[in-house]
Amino acid sequence: MPQNSLPDYRILPLDVAERMAHIKQRECVLKIDHVGKVFTQKRHQTVALEDINFDIHRREFVCVVGPSGCGKSTLIRILAGLEDTTSGRILVDGQPVNGPGPDRGMVFQKYTLFPWMDVCRNVMFGIEMGGTSKTEARREAMQWLQIVGLEQFATSFPHQLSGGMQQRVAIVRALAARPRVLLMDESFSALDAQTRLKMQNYLMEIWRKIDITIVFITHDLDEAIYLADRILVLKPRPGRVEEVIEVPLSRPRRATQMTSDEFLATKAHLEALIRSFGDNTEETDEGEEDFNIPLLTLVTDKAE
Amino acid sequence: MPSLAASWRLYGRTDRTARGVFGILAVLLPLLTWSAVSYLPFIWHPQILITDPGGEDYLESGMRMKRADFNRAVDEMRAKKLPAPQGIATNPVYFPSPGEVLSAFAHAFTSSAPTGAEHSITQAFGHSIRIIFWGFVISSLIGVPLGVLCGALPAMARLIEPSVDFFRYLPAPAFGALAVAILGIYDAPKIAIIVIGTLFQQILVIANTTRKLDFALIEAARTLGARGLRLLFRVVIPGILPDLYRDQRILLGWAWTYLIVAELIGTSSGITWFITQQARYQHFDNVYAAMALIGIVGLGTDMVLGLLARKFFTWKRENA
Ligand SMILES: Nc1ncnc2c1ncn2[C@@H]1O[C@H](COP(=O)(O)OP(=O)(O)OP(=O)(O)O)[C@@H](O)[C@H]1O
Ligand SMILES: [Mg+2]
Repeated sequence: MPQNSLPDYRILPLDVAERMAHIKQRECVLKIDHVGKVFTQKRHQTVALEDINFDIHRREFVCVVGPSGCGKSTLIRILAGLEDTTSGRILVDGQPVNGPGPDRGMVFQKYTLFPWMDVCRNVMFGIEMGGTSKTEARREAMQWLQIVGLEQFATSFPHQLSGGMQQRVAIVRALAARPRVLLMDESFSALDAQTRLKMQNYLMEIWRKIDITIVFITHDLDEAIYLADRILVLKPRPGRVEEVIEVPLSRPRRATQMTSDEFLATKAHLEALIRSFGDNTEETDEGEEDFNIPLLTLVTDKAE
Repeated sequence: MPSLAASWRLYGRTDRTARGVFGILAVLLPLLTWSAVSYLPFIWHPQILITDPGGEDYLESGMRMKRADFNRAVDEMRAKKLPAPQGIATNPVYFPSPGEVLSAFAHAFTSSAPTGAEHSITQAFGHSIRIIFWGFVISSLIGVPLGVLCGALPAMARLIEPSVDFFRYLPAPAFGALAVAILGIYDAPKIAIIVIGTLFQQILVIANTTRKLDFALIEAARTLGARGLRLLFRVVIPGILPDLYRDQRILLGWAWTYLIVAELIGTSSGITWFITQQARYQHFDNVYAAMALIGIVGLGTDMVLGLLARKFFTWKRENA
């Protein structure tokens, strides 16, 4: 890799720099304030997160990346209120949060549509929980379904939809409850590459149109760079913020930008960063080296 | 018929034809076996029904005896040059043929026995069904809500489940005398026995079903702003409904097993009274007719309930 021919990922193009400055002037929607998390099982303690500090501004798109087990899911579950902090706190619009609430919508990696409700009623669920009447909720739900092009599936049940469609419904279900922040934990990782790209474009399209702040967890670096304004890189054992990267790509994003020099430079840096975490840990992680393959299963590596 | 072969593989697929074929075989095979044992004289038939006692004076026609004893009697008579006894191979009296049971079945429905509280098998059975119905309804009215609450609220589970577990191990019949002393001798103690037999299992089974609801759905609902009663009624209950229904089906069968005990305490009544009465007079064909009736009604109810489940819970994959 002719790495030195790539530009420095820290140099933002003018329009991006302007946009970043603009975002940072906006109010802080989600504040992660000295958050730490320790899991205690019997006598064994796991420090999942240690002193995480991060401010997310209104209408910002933040991705969180890091090696497996660095505490990404733990962090987003804490943001959603599904997990308590051991220390520190989470503030939404300056108010400390306590438990899950409709101001923070979440899209999970697993498909979590309610299987006994049809698509429309799934989307209506969050709207109705906010106190809207049924007829009004139905009208709003249909509008949301139109946005993601699923209005003809309104009366289908989740098990009749493909995985990608289910995740689209899950996204609008979360958005229809009008949250301030949308939290997504590897929501596209079960989809194939093409569907995933489509979903990424859908998501950015929706995000552009409405007032929503997104925190998106992924282990796919391409996805993180393609989507994010800023990327939060976590380092494992214990989970800490290693670096915050401002993505040097202008918006609106196109798939063609994935081969641009800025993109490649950012990716090269992220890859090196994440590889460096793997080196100094002796644990049996998903390292490529030292695979003990039983002899019988070895086939010849010579081309025939 | 590749689907028939596939049905024999572990977790293999079945299709409509295969299910139909196996469904018919499931009824036909036991009936055929029963008929074969009953009507083919070379299968089993360990006894001889005497038709003509011949020269043996302790024999009477209509008597049943072991084949070996009969052969000895025949040899004896032959040796004495007396007419040998005649007889046909038969099964013991406790093993009637399908035809006998069928005619007893028809007879039981048309005739009426003038003794006892109920006069015919239908009345006796009707009484049994009323006992089961009320026992199961009362048990469910308490057990289902309590079970769901135990499954959904950790505090409830901690408070209630230990005592439920305690009572669960006490056999319901042990409460028989107590129930009669408190509730009198008529239907109330019988219903109470069914309730005692069903309720404690019901609470635990339904609590477990409630706990097994996919927790991710609860979390998703929470992030959408659902909590408290709305979470319970909009997510928990609809989510467990198919499994709850299946539990209730199993528990209804459970309630039936307590019927015999329940009907023996106080004044004996219902189908149990009918069965004991008929068995006393060795009318085993009537006994089997009554047992067949219980079985058929049980199977029929369960099949109807199963069909309804497929209709109501199409979203559950196992019903699709
Ligand atoms: N409920 C729990 N009890 C105990 N330890 C836990 C629990 N949940 C997570 N952990 C630990 O916390 C650490 C972080 O886990 P987490 O699931 O947040 O990682 P992750 O970054 O999401 O990983 P992945 O990329 O594989 O999803 C891990 O070491 C894990 O073992
Ligand atoms: Mg994770």
